Amino acid sequence: MHLQANGITKWFGEKDNKTYALKNVTFEINRGEMLYIIGPSGSGKTTLLSIISGILKPNEGTIIFNNKDIWKLSDDELCDFRLYTLGFVFQDFHLFPKLTSKENVAIPLILQKKSMDEALTKASKILGIVGLKHRENFPPYKLSIGEQQRVAIARAIVTEPELLILDEPTASLDGETGKKIISFIRDNILTKDRAIVIVTHDNRIYNFATRIIKMEDGELNSETGNLDES
Amino acid sequence: MQSLLIISLKLLANDRGKFFLLIIGITFAVFLMMQMLSIFAGIMHRAAATIYNVGAKIWVMDPSINTQTDNIPLPSYILDAVRSINGVKYAVPLYSGTGLVKLNNGNYQSATILGLDDATLFGRPNMLSGDIVDIYDDDAYIVSKDTEFVKLGSPKLGTTFEVNDHRGVIIGHAEALVNGLFGSPTLYTTYNRAITDLPQTRFTMSYILVEPKSEQDIIYIQNEVKQLGYIALTKDGFVEKNTNYYLYKTGLGTNVLVMTIVSFIVGLSIAGQTFYTFVLENLHQFGALKAIGAKKNELITMILFQAAIVGFLGYGFGILIASIVIALAKLRLSNYASLVTIDNLILSFIMVLIIILISSYIGVRKVIKIDPFDIFRG
Repeated sequence: MHLQANGITKWFGEKDNKTYALKNVTFEINRGEMLYIIGPSGSGKTTLLSIISGILKPNEGTIIFNNKDIWKLSDDELCDFRLYTLGFVFQDFHLFPKLTSKENVAIPLILQKKSMDEALTKASKILGIVGLKHRENFPPYKLSIGEQQRVAIARAIVTEPELLILDEPTASLDGETGKKIISFIRDNILTKDRAIVIVTHDNRIYNFATRIIKMEDGELNSETGNLDES
Repeated sequence: MQSLLIISLKLLANDRGKFFLLIIGITFAVFLMMQMLSIFAGIMHRAAATIYNVGAKIWVMDPSINTQTDNIPLPSYILDAVRSINGVKYAVPLYSGTGLVKLNNGNYQSATILGLDDATLFGRPNMLSGDIVDIYDDDAYIVSKDTEFVKLGSPKLGTTFEVNDHRGVIIGHAEALVNGLFGSPTLYTTYNRAITDLPQTRFTMSYILVEPKSEQDIIYIQNEVKQLGYIALTKDGFVEKNTNYYLYKTGLGTNVLVMTIVSFIVGLSIAGQTFYTFVLENLHQFGALKAIGAKKNELITMILFQAAIVGFLGYGFGILIASIVIALAKLRLSNYASLVTIDNLILSFIMVLIIILISSYIGVRKVIKIDPFDIFRG
């Protein structure tokens, strides 16, 4: 087992304004799997993603990662947990427009206190893996959306995280490019020591998942097994 | 941390428009502040020209004196009393007054006339031409070759003129360590000739100039003079009294203060607004950094570093441009009163620090407040 979410409940507001975003959600993420969290808008996918990432604190429940409850860590330990264990690909990528692709990719390593040279060398290598070595000195705004997506993926995997989290990775891509990206992630990024969690409601890419969790109204509605095997 | 600082600098420097606007804003503010402060310092320096040019260590005067141009004559017994104070090496009278000079072409020109003690010529200037001893000749005057020299018709040695219907002859040209502020040329003569040639009140001594036996004696001398009902100020003390008068008892200080504050506000507005926009445009990226694992103090350091870099660059350019402008102006305009002092540099630096802190505070507050959860929510 890799990460376990137990009885996660999250609400916003108090008393009369109390709105439940998540209700008693329990599931686990295993190494080597590509887990999809799907569901309609407002079903609690993003909230769940934020909670397992150590960004949003649940009101109830625990997130156990490597036998530790991450929500019992101090603020700085939580930052380190995200920095050294997780990799993020945000829906809008959030790349710094005034830095080159290579520098953008190097940022997590720099936050890990690696030297500039070491960080840039590794960033360059990772950009090679995602097929953007020839674009490493270009700023993101000179890249296509698909290329920006790959830079964001490179930034997420440059620290060799155990858990990669992608938020709506195909939202701004056309169908073909979306499939290519997810296929690339499955074939090149997913390893037996790493888990990938993808939040999406793009049903065109569901067949790439090894497991799918469906959310509805803040609750875990259903789990689907390994689609590749089905 | 060094790599993070390099990245934060690149973030800012690669956004060339904002980077240059920030530097220009601070440069402009520093330039304006330096101009105002330097002009004020220059005016104050010139307003104390006689104090610097005479150079006495201690000046005894009436307590009502506010500036070096005030003339409240001292009774002669005070000179004897001061001379009898322990710690006084010697004390001499100084006449400082204004005389109306009639030039050879028939024009009149007001001039500052300093009468030096006949026995010692204490406070005498450095001679550029002529011999100081010739001051004892009949009707002898020395003219200071300051910026007002031309107003006396640029007199050569031997040039004659009239002072209060008395004949005067230029026997030498003196160096002016500091040019005067009030537009009148300066003539040196002996104390006795000054009180003979110029209309007088009952008492004639404007100041008593004192040379102490040692620096340690100064406070004792000051206390003793105070007992006599007068005050003894050191050279710096007299300059400060002079400055304080213009600063606090005339509109000059207020005007300079207002202009300096306006310059500060201009700089703060440009820098603050630009920096805020810069942070705002990169807010989601900073939020993403937070989500990735950047700690608060790292983000604060990044923003402070960016602000500090533009602040210091702006300060450097501002000082450089202000100094060049002042130097060029002095070359072209001999009466341009402007002086770059350490105090001005420090004051401008402090103001730049305040601009940096306020500008970065706005940015830091924004970055600290952004919730990484918002980044996920888009």
